[in-house]
This record gives sequence, C-alpha cells and structure tokens, in this order.
Amino acid sequence: MLKLVSKRCKGCGICANFCPKKVLEITEVGKCAIIPGKEDDCIQCGQCELRCPDYAIFVEKDK
Amino acid sequence: MSIKLLQGNQAVVEGAIAAGVKFYGGYPITPSTEIAEQLAARLPQVGGKFMQTEDELAGIGAVIGASMGGKKAMTATSGPGFSLKQELLGLACTAEIPIVVVDVQRVGPATGQPTSPAQGEVMMTRWGTHGDHWVIVVSPVSVPECFWLTIRAVNLAEKYRVPVIILMDEVVGHMREKIELPDDYSTIETVDRKRPDCAPEDYLAYGTKGDDLVPPMADFGSGYRWHVTGLIHDETGFPKGTPDATLQSLNRLHDKIYKNLDDIVTFENYKTDDADYVIVSFGGAARTAYDTVDMARKEGLKVGLFRAITLWPFPEKQVQELASRVQGILVHELNYGQYVLEVERVVAGKCPVWLYGKYDNSSAAPKQLLDELKKHLGR
Amino acid sequence: MGMEQLLEKYFRPGRLPHIWCPGCGHGIITGAIVKAVDKLGLSKDEVAVISGIGCSSRASGYLDFNTANTLHGRALPIASGLKMANPKLKVIVPSGDGDAAAIGGNHLIHAARRNIDLTLIVYNNSIYGMTGGQYSPLTPKGSKATTAPYLTIEPAFNLLDLAKAAGATFVARSTTFHVQNMVDVIAKAIEHKGFSIVECVTGCPTNFGRQNKIGSAPKMIEWQRDHGVMIGAWNRMDDETRAKALADGKFPIGVLYENNDVQEYTEAYDELIKRAQGGK
Repeated sequence: MLKLVSKRCKGCGICANFCPKKVLEITEVGKCAIIPGKEDDCIQCGQCELRCPDYAIFVEKDK
Repeated sequence: MSIKLLQGNQAVVEGAIAAGVKFYGGYPITPSTEIAEQLAARLPQVGGKFMQTEDELAGIGAVIGASMGGKKAMTATSGPGFSLKQELLGLACTAEIPIVVVDVQRVGPATGQPTSPAQGEVMMTRWGTHGDHWVIVVSPVSVPECFWLTIRAVNLAEKYRVPVIILMDEVVGHMREKIELPDDYSTIETVDRKRPDCAPEDYLAYGTKGDDLVPPMADFGSGYRWHVTGLIHDETGFPKGTPDATLQSLNRLHDKIYKNLDDIVTFENYKTDDADYVIVSFGGAARTAYDTVDMARKEGLKVGLFRAITLWPFPEKQVQELASRVQGILVHELNYGQYVLEVERVVAGKCPVWLYGKYDNSSAAPKQLLDELKKHLGR
Repeated sequence: MGMEQLLEKYFRPGRLPHIWCPGCGHGIITGAIVKAVDKLGLSKDEVAVISGIGCSSRASGYLDFNTANTLHGRALPIASGLKMANPKLKVIVPSGDGDAAAIGGNHLIHAARRNIDLTLIVYNNSIYGMTGGQYSPLTPKGSKATTAPYLTIEPAFNLLDLAKAAGATFVARSTTFHVQNMVDVIAKAIEHKGFSIVECVTGCPTNFGRQNKIGSAPKMIEWQRDHGVMIGAWNRMDDETRAKALADGKFPIGVLYENNDVQEYTEAYDELIKRAQGGK
C-alpha cells in the first residue's frame, strides 16, 4: 500500500517517473496521486519512496 | 605569589590559563603573535588544545565551535585580522556563544604599521560587525591588568554568553613589567556558563526565566540537542523572522548587557575627587596620563584621570557625573578621535570636551599631554 | 527502517515541509544521511551536524541532532573547533558547492590536510541555488548562469581530486539516483577515522536545470543515472573506454579513495598533550 502525504508533496514528478509500473501521476493540482484503477499494480518496490525528496510517499508493506 | 617580569601578551596567556580557557584557535599576527606562541605551549600542559588555523576566519570559527562543545575558548589578533573576524563575531553575538577575542591594536588601516601603537579600533570593537549587536570590550593599562582583565573577560563572556573583546595596543601588548602571579590559579574566582538543569525534552535553547536574561547553554553532546543559527530566531533557537520575534530577540541581547551595567562597567579614578579638569583615557594611552596628572598638580592645576577599563558598554553614568562637576574634559586616545565622540554625546555640553588624539605611530609623553591641556586652558 | 519511521526518529517534529524547491535533490541527500546514521546505530546525542549557508545548509535545522546553521563557508572551522572540544562527537558537515569549494575552499583543503575526523557531505547541484542561479566553482564550463549569461568560461574543480591532494583520507561520490549507494558511502564516511568527503551529485531544477534546458527534476536524475558509473566498473574499463566515458561527462561513483594509515588529528593532538605533560 502506498501512503501519500499530500501536504508535503511538491509535485516534482520524480516518483511517477521512476515507478516501474507507472502507477503514479502528478495531478492538475500539482500533487502526486495513484492513477485511478492502478492501485493493484503497485509492486511495493520502493523506488518512489527512495527518491522522494519531500518525504511525501511511503510504501507500507502489506502484512 | 611569585614575582615575574612578563610581557603584556604573556600576561594575557597566563590570565587565560587561570580563567580556565581550554581552546585557542588563531592565526599569527603582529603585535599579538606572542599570545598564540605561548598558548601553544601552555594549553596542552593543562589539557587544553591549540590550533593554528589557516586564516583569521577559521581561528574565530574554531573558537565558536569549541565553545559550543563546552570549552572556554579564545582567539587573539590585530587590526587586519580583527577586520576579517567581524562576521563570525556577529554569529557569536546572535547565537550567544561565549568567546573572548583579544585585539592587540597596531596602526591602521590595512597593514598600517604593525609594531607601532595605535587605538584605531575603539569604534570597530563596538560597531564592527553588521547589524545591531552588543558586546563587552575591556582595555588593560598594564601587564598585571592584562592578567586580571583576561580572567574577567572570560568570566564575563561565560556569565553573559557574549563575545568579550580585550582591546589592547602595541604598548601594553609588548612592554614588560613586573607582575605578581598567584602560585595556585585554582584560588582565583572563575565563572562557568549556566548549563541547563531541566530535562532535555524541556530545554528551550534561548528560554529565560524572570529577570535573568541569560539562557542556560548546553554543551553539544551533553544530551540536550539544540540548534545554533545565525538567523534571527525565537526562544526555541529556530529561525523566526517576524517583527515581534526580531524585537524580542534583539531587546534581550541588549538588555542582558545594559541592565547589568553595574556588574559589567569598570573604571579607575585617579585623583578625580577634587579635580577641576579630567583626562579621559584608556589602555596604553592612559599610561601617559598618570604622570601628566602629577605634573599638573605640581603646577597647581587640579587634574585627574578617569580611565575606562570597560570601554563598551560606555561608562555613561560615571562620565556624566564627572561632567557635572569639572570645568573640562580632555580625551586622550591614540587615533584621530573616536572615543571622544561618545564622551561628547554623553557630556552633552555640560562641560567643554577637548581631544588630544595622537595618530603619528607613537605614544604621547606626559609633558605633551599636559601642554595640550594647558593649551585649552590658555596657560 | 522505512523513511516514515526514520522521519519520526531523526527529524525534528513540526519542521517539515522543508524549504527546498520541487524536485531539488537535497531532501534525498538529507534522507541518506539519516539512513546512514541509523545504519551505524549512532545515538542522536553523539551526532553533530554543522552547516554553513546555502540551500544545503538548511539541512541541519531539520535534524534532531546537535546542530548549527552557521555562516557561509565557515562550517568546517566551527566543526573543527567542536570536534577538538569533544572528539567523541561524530561531526557531519552538509555543504553546498559554493559553501565548500568557493567561500569555504580554504577551510576545505586545510581540514583535509589535518585529517581531522569530520564528514563533509557536498550537496553538489552545480549552482548557487539560494541566491538564484549564479555559477559556482563546480558549475561545468560552458553552462549558463545568471552571472554567466554568455556561458561560463571557468573550468570546474574536480573537488574530490582537490580534497585527496590536500590530504583527505576518505573520498567518495554518489548521486541522488543511486540512493542506496549514497547511504552506503555516507555510512562508510562517517565511520572512517579521519577527514572524509562525499560529493553527492544532485539536481537544481529551478536554478540550473531551467537555465541550461536540461528539463525537469526526473530528467536531471536520469542524467545522473546515465552518467554515474560504479567505481568497480569504472576501474575495469580499459584506458580508451574510460577516456571516452570522461569525454561523455561520465564520472565514477562509490568509494574512490580510502587511506587508514594516516593518524587522525584529534588523536595526534592527544599524543601532543601527553608529550607536553612530560610523557605521562
């Protein structure tokens, strides 16, 4: 599961760019979001969290 | 007590050791170099550390860092180096890091005349760094006073968390005089900065209580994690540049000094009780004035000497009191006229204020100073 | 520990979001420092973070260590004094390319020469960010900057070669693409007893990328991906290949140099104290 902290997101697009499954996008309001319908495509690889300069996206591993 | 023949700069070194200084960072510069040389030998003997830094900025920088680490720390320099240190001096002011800076003045500006006496940094010590700030400046007149005033400077820095500048001149720094040194420095009264006694989570780096305007300071690494910044900050220590926060911060930096003038300001009155005329002087220039006073008195002129030991904050109350009962004040300093401006401001026309500013790379002889005074008296 | 837990543990509460621009890599580097500290299991009380002035230098304020955001260029002398006062502290110095290589360049070579145990992390974004895009000593020659409207004519330092020549005993480079590598080399740099420098190549989309038409933040990180070559692979290149790689603007990353045979400064000073006290 991805946890997005929208108030910290500055919409740089790094997460979306490096997401291997193209799950993420930057919305019209300039924030990162999961593309509707792609929720289940996330493979929890952590590439987004790894390079998010704003600490605004975390992978919460499924239990 | 043991009697020694020491140079002024050497007496500063012994004063620093006696005061508990454990770190020196600095760059060699005439006429202050002996301080660095002797501390390089003395500090390790007492478990302290000496660093010859790559430049003047690194010297005072390392001193600030060492003080943050909990050590009493000082540097020494002369005019050119003192110019370079100004920005870091401002950091020590705003971040309230206790440090001592010795400035053994030479003739300026620029390289000037390295081994000749001058007192051209009187205003610079007060106003050198940019922005409103407040410091304490003391100026010794003799070798023994170099020793005791260095201890006092360290104590004041620790007590008020402020940079204290020991403003010397080539005369006082380089001359040799007899001095009685205590055999056991541990009998000398020293002051350590207040450290927090609250729980670390309750520590407010710049929080004060009641009338005590000096916040306790935790050593880096002691379990109280706090933030030092050169930005305007609030009591948490973190940047806050609102008009209110700025006012509060600057007012406290001012008030912690200026509400304690009786504790900070020291001076010497030599035969001023019945004086009709008073010479106001300090440091090396004042050495001339004792003899001038005595010579004048032999001629029937009731002259006294008011010697500022604390140059800044200015001994305002004391000079005002003198101005109210004497017929004239002659300011003697080794420059074109700096301290006289403050004397004039404070005297505010209550009596005439004259200047004998000597700026020819040499000290005045007592007779010269007396002649200057007599010139103003029409005698 | 994930970044969310690391934030909780090592960042000061209430100080985020940070001031850095969208896509600025400084947050990635600051995160890597925290991950390295965590990896080493250091207590927060034994870590000091001393910075100068510039975008990178704001890092100190976010971190729950013993921290200082001092003056432009002066972090290393202040850190040196602190280290001398308390050699037990692990002193980390986040610095920008202007802070470390220009106004503080003299301090850099002398801290390296002394081999004092500090860890200098150079956030190299090739530009002065905070003042709005002026060229730095690490701006590649031929770049555009607000103070180089006709392109820079000054060559850039190779900062790591400079530090090594001056006496640094641990020299490493990484990029904000190679985050795991960055954490690894920063941890090694902190552990190293002596002066260590880690150049972290990062992007300034606002003030470097835009002027030089490199594109968005992701494009800048892709550039790092395509130009940073792991030191092992770099060393395996034959001379001709390496020359071509250099000509293409590629650079080695990882630990480039380590020397554990040089005495550290504060340790040397402790021996000096013993000598001064008569060899007790």
